[in-house]
Parts: sequence; structure tokens; C-alpha cells
Amino acid sequence: MTATTAPQATWLLYRRDLVLAFRHWDQVLQPVVFFAMITTLFPLAFDPDLGALREIAGGVLWVAALLAALLGLEFLFRADHADGALEQLLLSGQPLSLLALAKGFAHWTICGLPLVLVSPLVAIALGVPTEALCTVALSIALGTGILSAIGAIGAALTLGLRRGSMLLSLLVLPLAMPALIFGARAIDLAIHGDSARGPLLLLAAMLVLALTLAPLAIAAALRISAE
Amino acid sequence: MNWTWLHKFASPPHAYRLAGRLAPWFGWPAFLLIVVGLYGGLVLAPPDYLQGDGFRIVYVHAPSAWMSMFVYGTMAVAAAIGLVWRIKLAHAVAAAAAPVGAWFTFAALATGALWGQPMWGTWWVWDARLTSELILLFLYLGFIALRSSIEDRDRADRAGAVLAIVGVVNLPIIHYSVYWWNTLHQPSTLTRFGKPTMAGEMLWPLLMMLLAFTLYFAAVLMVRLRAEILRRERNASWLKAELGR
Repeated sequence: MTATTAPQATWLLYRRDLVLAFRHWDQVLQPVVFFAMITTLFPLAFDPDLGALREIAGGVLWVAALLAALLGLEFLFRADHADGALEQLLLSGQPLSLLALAKGFAHWTICGLPLVLVSPLVAIALGVPTEALCTVALSIALGTGILSAIGAIGAALTLGLRRGSMLLSLLVLPLAMPALIFGARAIDLAIHGDSARGPLLLLAAMLVLALTLAPLAIAAALRISAE
Repeated sequence: MNWTWLHKFASPPHAYRLAGRLAPWFGWPAFLLIVVGLYGGLVLAPPDYLQGDGFRIVYVHAPSAWMSMFVYGTMAVAAAIGLVWRIKLAHAVAAAAAPVGAWFTFAALATGALWGQPMWGTWWVWDARLTSELILLFLYLGFIALRSSIEDRDRADRAGAVLAIVGVVNLPIIHYSVYWWNTLHQPSTLTRFGKPTMAGEMLWPLLMMLLAFTLYFAAVLMVRLRAEILRRERNASWLKAELGR
């Protein structure tokens, strides 16, 4: 029997998480429904006029995406922690930061990617012109990626705590604010027909930084929490 | 490298006594500097030609804002030391520093609002400095909340340490993105506040207050560290001997 290499282990863990998630189709859809619902609140609370909605569309889309992605984070490590799979991952001898990256990426695929796919539709409902839809999807894709990376640190730190979900939001939201600033700005620029290249590049840089450093922090946090 | 000197500092009895001995050495100079600095700032310094007497709140506001960042730095360094060398005392330092830092941040926000009322005409403006201070306050509150939610002390220490380090890596990103965001939305707020273009008789009380606040923090940290050590070591035999003296 040959030993499993680190990339193999990473891939296996990623696939396992996807298989487990898609056994419960309806749960995958929950963040998407939540996202659509939050964006529905704004026309009801403000002004149903598309011209007025267009002015706040970037912010609305981003706040809704942040909250929807935050919702799923709590469950990122919970089941593995409860059934002991997390201990097995810690003891597997594989680099834990890579495994953490696999878990984070799986979370993004399950929770972030559906938001990305549905965001152009929601954007149209908020009066965003069709030329800007590409920027909307790209901005939400980069942003949910950053949130999955940073949020996984929070999820690992609050693992198994009472009232962990409230705490998780307290820890993660301040760290996600820079992404919100650039992401919402990119959509705003695109809506007004300007180039959103600058904020998008900065957002991409943040994602690269988060992907580089967050796995180390997630691994450290998991070791602390699983003891 | 030889780290035994560090471990001597890290032993709770030694640290407990050292902190007790150091506290007055930080506290009294802080008190004297605050008295002299406030007299210089509130009485001797001339009123600002634009802001009148309103500018004088800078003598509390700027040192508080400086301390809010300095304390977070101290906390993160202590947390990192605790995490790397597994020194429990360093975690105790981080735990003792966090609420002080949060209060300094709150003081900076409150004095900023008080200054904003006459200068900007409103209590709150989404100014870059105020906004990044507010986010810093959230980071402090998150650190405190995480620590208090974890029952096991060792886990609380180390989880808090990871969070403090993540926070300190993020702080520059938050700071600069908030500035970028702010210049975008309001290009010209009054930003000549606290720049080194101040006149000498306005500047020296400010520098004195900066030093005074730093020393005050050191003194409070020593006292709080002693309390933290008492809490952690309440069953230790050295403590019974120490207190039974």
C-alpha cells in the first residue's frame, strides 16, 4: 500500500466535503435563498424605484453576500468535530494547512459559488445594467473567497463553543470590512460605466494574501480547538 | 540562543513581585506628566487661530488614539510570544492589556465625537480616522469576547493569541482601505489635526501627554497583570506563602 501524498489527501478531502454537502441538496440552497431574501428587504425598506436602488446596489449585494456566506461558516468544522473526523485529520500526518485550504475551498464551492451564480440575477432585480453583471459576479466571487478564508479562521477558533455563531460574526466581520469596501466600490464603478479594474485587482490581491496566510492560522486554530 | 532569562521573567512569582515593584515607577511619572502636560495644554498653549479652544481636546484625543494602536501592538506581541514559546505569563499580559486598549479606543472615539460637534457640526462623521478606530474597537471586543467564551484557560489563551495575530496582520489593510474609501467619499475633511506643523508651545504638552499615557498604560498593565496572576495562580502554594507574609 502506498502512502497518500499531500495533494492527493487535499483533493480527497475536498471531494469528500462536496459529496457530503450535495447529499443534502436543500441545505446547499439555503444561503442562496437567504441572499435573495436580504436583497428583497431593501426595495421594501427603501424605495422600489430601480434608479434609486441602482445607487445602493453594490452595497446591498455585498452586505447580503457577506451575511449569507457567514451563515454557513458555523458548520464548516462542526460535523467533523462532533464525529471525530477532525481528530483523524489532525493525526493523519498530512500538512494541516493544506487540509484547511481544502476545507475552506470546499466551503466556498458549496456556499460561495452558488451566491456568485445567483448574484447577476439578483443584481438585475436591483436595477444593475447588464454591462455591469460580469463585474458583479467577479466581485462577489473574489469576496466570498476572501470571506471563506478569513471566516474559516473564526470558525476554527469558535469550534464547539456555546453561542459560537454570534461570536463568529463578531470576529469575522471586522476583518472582512476591507473586502467589502473594495468589492462594493467595484460594483458601483461598473454600474456607472467606469472601469472597475483597480478595486477588483486590490480585491484579488487580498484574496491571494488570505489564501497564503489564512491556512496557517486555520491550522493553528484547529490544533488549539481540537485538543 | 539562550532563553533562560526569559523563563525567569515568565515565572509567575517573579513576575508578580516585579510587576508590583514596577507599578509605582510607571504610575508616578505618568501622574506628574499628566498634570504638567494638561497645564501646558489647557492653560499655557495659545488657542488655535481656526479652532479656538476646541483644539485642546487633542491633548486627550491624540494620546488615546495612539494608545489604542500601541496597546493592540503590545497585545499581539505578547500573544505571539505566548504562542511561540508557550509562556503563560505572556498570555496573561495580553489578557490584561485588552480591556485597557478597548477603553483607550473608546476614549479616542468619544473625544473625537466631542471635537467633531463644534468643528464639523455633528457628533459623528464617517471620517477615516474615526471609522478605523471604530473597527479597531470591534477587534478589541472580538478578542475579549472570544477569550471570555472559552472556559478552558489554556485554550482561551492560545485561541485569543491566534486572533490577535490575525488582527494585527489585518490592521494595516483595514487602515489603508478605510483611508482609500474615505478619500473617495469626502475629499476634504479637516485633516491638519495632530500633524507636526503645530507650534512649539502647543506641541510640547502633546508629546508630554503621549509619554504620560504610555507610562499610565504601563502602570495599569502592571496592576492588572498582578490581578491576572492572582486569578490564575489562586491555588498555587507560592501565592499562599506570598500573601501570608
